[in-house]
Amino acid sequence: MHEDVTILGRYRVLQRAGGMLAPLLTAALAFFVGGLVILATNGTAPWAVYRQIIDGAGLNWIFHPTTDTTNLAAYNLTQTLLVTTALILTGLAVSFAFQCGMFNIGGQGQYIVGATFAVWVGSSLSGLDSTVHILLAIGAATLAGAAWAGIAGVLKATVGAHEVITTIMLNWTAVWIVSALIGPGGPLQSHSAADNPVSSDVVAGAKLPIVWGDPLLQGLSIGIFVALGALVVYWAVVNRTTLGFGVRAVGRSPEAARYGGIAVGRSIVLAMALSGAFAGLAGALDILGWQFNLSVDDVQASQIGFIGIAVALLGRNKAIGVGLSALLFGALVTGTSTRNLELTALRPDLAGNLTVLIQGLIVLFVGVDVLVVVLLARARRRRL
Amino acid sequence: MSGIWTERLDNPVSKRLRDPASTGYVAIGLGVFAAFLAIPPIEARSIVWSILVGIVATLLGIWTATRGRRRLGYGAAVAGLIGMGLGILATRSGTGNLEAVFNAALIAQMFAFATPLVFGAIAGMFSERSGVVNIGLEGMMLMGAFWGVYGADVGGSWVVGLIVGAAAGGALALLYAYFAIHLRADQIVGGTAVNFLALGITGYFFFQLYHGNYVPTGVSTIPNVRIPFVADSHFLGPAIGNLSLMIWAGFGLVIVSYFVIFKTPIGLRIRACGEHPRAADTVGINVYAVRYGCVILSGILAALGGVYLSDGFGGGSFNDNMTEGRGFIALAAMIFGNWRPFGAFGAALLFGLSSAIALRLQVYSPSASTLFNVLPYVLTLIAVAGVIGRSVPPAADGRPYKKQ
Repeated sequence: MHEDVTILGRYRVLQRAGGMLAPLLTAALAFFVGGLVILATNGTAPWAVYRQIIDGAGLNWIFHPTTDTTNLAAYNLTQTLLVTTALILTGLAVSFAFQCGMFNIGGQGQYIVGATFAVWVGSSLSGLDSTVHILLAIGAATLAGAAWAGIAGVLKATVGAHEVITTIMLNWTAVWIVSALIGPGGPLQSHSAADNPVSSDVVAGAKLPIVWGDPLLQGLSIGIFVALGALVVYWAVVNRTTLGFGVRAVGRSPEAARYGGIAVGRSIVLAMALSGAFAGLAGALDILGWQFNLSVDDVQASQIGFIGIAVALLGRNKAIGVGLSALLFGALVTGTSTRNLELTALRPDLAGNLTVLIQGLIVLFVGVDVLVVVLLARARRRRL
Repeated sequence: MSGIWTERLDNPVSKRLRDPASTGYVAIGLGVFAAFLAIPPIEARSIVWSILVGIVATLLGIWTATRGRRRLGYGAAVAGLIGMGLGILATRSGTGNLEAVFNAALIAQMFAFATPLVFGAIAGMFSERSGVVNIGLEGMMLMGAFWGVYGADVGGSWVVGLIVGAAAGGALALLYAYFAIHLRADQIVGGTAVNFLALGITGYFFFQLYHGNYVPTGVSTIPNVRIPFVADSHFLGPAIGNLSLMIWAGFGLVIVSYFVIFKTPIGLRIRACGEHPRAADTVGINVYAVRYGCVILSGILAALGGVYLSDGFGGGSFNDNMTEGRGFIALAAMIFGNWRPFGAFGAALLFGLSSAIALRLQVYSPSASTLFNVLPYVLTLIAVAGVIGRSVPPAADGRPYKKQ
C-alpha cells in the first residue's frame, strides 16, 4: 500500500484511525463562529476570552501540575472533572441508544429520576455500612433510570411509538413529578426547611469518598473513576457481547436482524434500559458526589442530560470520543460558570450563554461533518 | 414504511391495542369511576380527582369517536362529562375553594395559556405536513419571545415587536431548513441544535442588550380587544369580553389554516410533499420550495406565539428560557390533534386549561397543581402509544428528499 500524501489521503487515514478529524473540525468551526459573535457584539478579542475560559476550567493546570487544591488551577480542574463525570454518563446514555438506531432525547429525565432515587435512598436510610449504603443508592438510581427509559423502549417495541416523542414527554413528566415530590408539602421535601423546595441532604455515610480536594469545597469524588469504568463497560458491551451485537444489528437494519434470528423487540427494550441506566447513574454520582440534595431549581434548570446529546454526537458514539468530548464540554461549562472565576474580557453571564451557543453550533455542524466526509469520499472516488 | 413517528412493528399486541373500541369501553368505565370517586367507600374529598378522571374519560371518548367508532365514542364522552359533574356535585358541599378555582375568568385564562400552544401547534403542523419534522418549535418560539419584546421596546410599538419577533423566528427556521432540506442533515439533530442555539442567542443578547436586568417597564404591549356589551355581561364579560388581540388572531389562524391545508391547491401541494414527495416532484411540484416555505412559515408562526408570550401574556417582559417547554407542549398538541388544525386547536385548549387550573390550584394544593402540569405530557404519551386510537403522521414526515 503506497503512502497517500494528498490532504484527502491523510484525511482518509485519520478517518480510519477513529475519525478524529471531522469532530475536531466541527468543534473548531463552532468555536470560530462563537468567537465572531464575541468580536461583533463586544469588540473584545475572542482568544482572550477563550484563554480565560481555559484558565477558568483549570486546563492551565497541566503547565504547573500540583495536587494542592488551594491552587486555583487545580481546584478549577477538579470542578471540570466533576462536570465531566456526569457528561460522560449522559453522553453514553445517548450513544448506546444510537447504536440501536434510536435517538434518546430523554437523558435529562432519566438523570432526574436517577438523582431523585439517589436522594431518597441516600437520605432516608441511616445506620448502614457506608459501602452498602452507597451501593444501594447507586443501584436504586441506576435501576430507576433504566426503568424510566425502559418505558420508551417498551412503547417502541410493542406499539412502535417513536422514541423521540416518548422520551421528550417522559423528560417533562419527570421534571414535574419530581418537582412535586421535593416541592412544598412533597414527601421528599426537607423536614427542616418547610418553605424551601429542596430535598433533605443525604447522610454522611452515603457520600462518595473524595479522592482529590477538600470534601467541604466540592472535592473530586471517586465518581470520575466510575464514569471512566462505564466507558470501558460501554465499549465492551457494544463490541464484545452478544447483546451488543444484537443491538448494533438492529441499529443497522431491524428487518435484517429479525431475519437473522435476533429478537428485535428485546434488543430495543434492553438498549433503551441500558441507556437509561447510564443516565440514572449520572444522577446518582452527582447527588452522592457533590450535590448531596436536590432542589426544584436544579430539576428545572439542569441541562446535563441535554448536553449529553452534544457529547454523544461530537464523540461519534465511540467510547474514547465520548470521553474526550465530555471533557471538552465539562471544561466549557466550568470555564464559563459564574461560580469559580471572574472573566474580565467577557461578563460571566454572557460567557454562560456563549457555552449554550457553542453547544448548539456543534450539534448543528455535526450534520455538516458527516457531509464533509461524504463529499471528500465522493471527490476521491471521482479522482481515482 | 410510514413516517418517522410511527415505525410500527407488527405484532398482535399492538393490533389489539389499536382497536378504538377498547378505548371507548375504558372511557365509559372511567366516567362511572369519576362519579363514584367522591362518595363512599372511596370518598376523595378533593374535587381534583373527579375532574381529572372525567376529563380523561371524555378525551378517550372523543378520541374513539374520531377514530371510527362514533356512537361508542360520543357515548363515552358524555359518560365522562356526567361522571365529572356528579363527582363535582358530590364534593361541592363544604368546598368554598371551588368557586375561586372555577369561574368565568378561568375561561379567559385558558385562552391565554392556550394561545402560544395554538400558534406553535399550527406552526408544527405546516412543517410536518410538508414532510419536515420540527423539534425546534421551542427554540423558534423563544426567539419570538425575546426579539418580539426587544422590537416593541426599541421600535416603540407592539406592531414592530410582532414583525421583529416573526423575522427572528423565520431566520432561525431558514437556517434549520437549509440544514434539513439542502444538506439533508438528520432532522432530529437539527431541531435539537435549533433549541440550543435559540437558548444561547436569546440568553446572550438578553444580557448584552439589557445587562441582565429586566426589560424596562412601559414597553408597548399587544392590546386587548374589548367587545362592547359583551364585556359588561355577567358571565361572558370576564370570559371573552376582554381578550388579547393575539387570542382572536389564534382563532382566525386555525380557521384559515384549515382552509389552506384542506381546501386550496397550495394545501394539496403541501400535503403531497409530506405524503409522497417523489410523486409530487413527478407532477411538477417543487418539493424543496414547498418545504422551505412551510418550515419558514412554521418559524414565523411559532415566533408569533412567542411574541404573545412575552409582549402580551407577559406584559412586555422577558426572562431566560421564558418558553419553559411550551414549544414541546405545542408539539404534543399537534400530535394529539392528529396533524389537523382543529384537532391541534382542541388539544391546545385542553392543555391550556390544565395549565390554568394548575396555576389556580397552586394556592390550595401544590401536588394537585403538579398533576395538571403533567397532564399534557402523559396524555400525549398515551396518544402516541396508540393505546387510545392512532395518530397518523404524514407518510414522508422526517425523510429528507433527494431529487433524482
